[in-house]
Amino acid sequence: MARTIVRVPPKAKKGEIIEIKALVGHVMETGFRHSETGALIPRDIIRTFVCSYNGAEVFRADFHPATAANPLIEFSTIATESGMLEFRWAGDNGFTAEASAPITVE
Amino acid sequence: MISRRRFLVLACAAAAASPPSRARATPAAMQEAIAKVTGGAVVSKGRVRLDVAPLIENGNSVVLSVGVDSPMTAAEYVKAIHVFAPANPLPNMVSAYLGPRSGRARITTRVRVADSQTLMAIAQLSDGSFWSDSAAVVVTLAACTEEVK
Repeated sequence: MARTIVRVPPKAKKGEIIEIKALVGHVMETGFRHSETGALIPRDIIRTFVCSYNGAEVFRADFHPATAANPLIEFSTIATESGMLEFRWAGDNGFTAEASAPITVE
Repeated sequence: MISRRRFLVLACAAAAASPPSRARATPAAMQEAIAKVTGGAVVSKGRVRLDVAPLIENGNSVVLSVGVDSPMTAAEYVKAIHVFAPANPLPNMVSAYLGPRSGRARITTRVRVADSQTLMAIAQLSDGSFWSDSAAVVVTLAACTEEVK
């Protein structure tokens, strides 16, 4: 399982816009590089990232080879209710990673 | 007999004349990638702000932010943000899908930039209009295609 780091404010006021950061460890091999022997190194990247808030999707991103290694994405959402934010990454060669973070909305 | 100096001059000239072919998207591929997200709709300049450092020392990890001027209400919001790099091997960099629950139309990520070029961000709004912004960047160390040591 890949290492993930997600940052979600633990507490927020109802209706407040919260900043979220999500990072996952991955080489993001572009598929355009050659090894010293001249062989093409096959592509191995994360394709999609989805953030769900209590089961409802609030943000989604598509990654391409132009996304740097260890993809970091920062975005925002409105704090609506207490619960769980879930993060999911999926990519080539059956790669998946998951993370979650609780939030208390007052 | 060729002199050492003459040899060096010729060798350097030959090296300069035939640079290693670097994978690069064609202008047609760029147009196609843009058409794929816009469906051929008109893309107007404005409302979008693409923030990226103008001088990039290392193209392997470049912080890039895109913000869109939108109230982000249920009636008017940003649906998607797409970033393109015409001189990368593939023009697509990143696509983000937002909604009224985003609260703010702004994303930040880290990308690879293969060469000096003008990056482009396109935002799709809920009313079906498309807006864009461009940013010229100069890259000292290219990404994407370098050899593995």
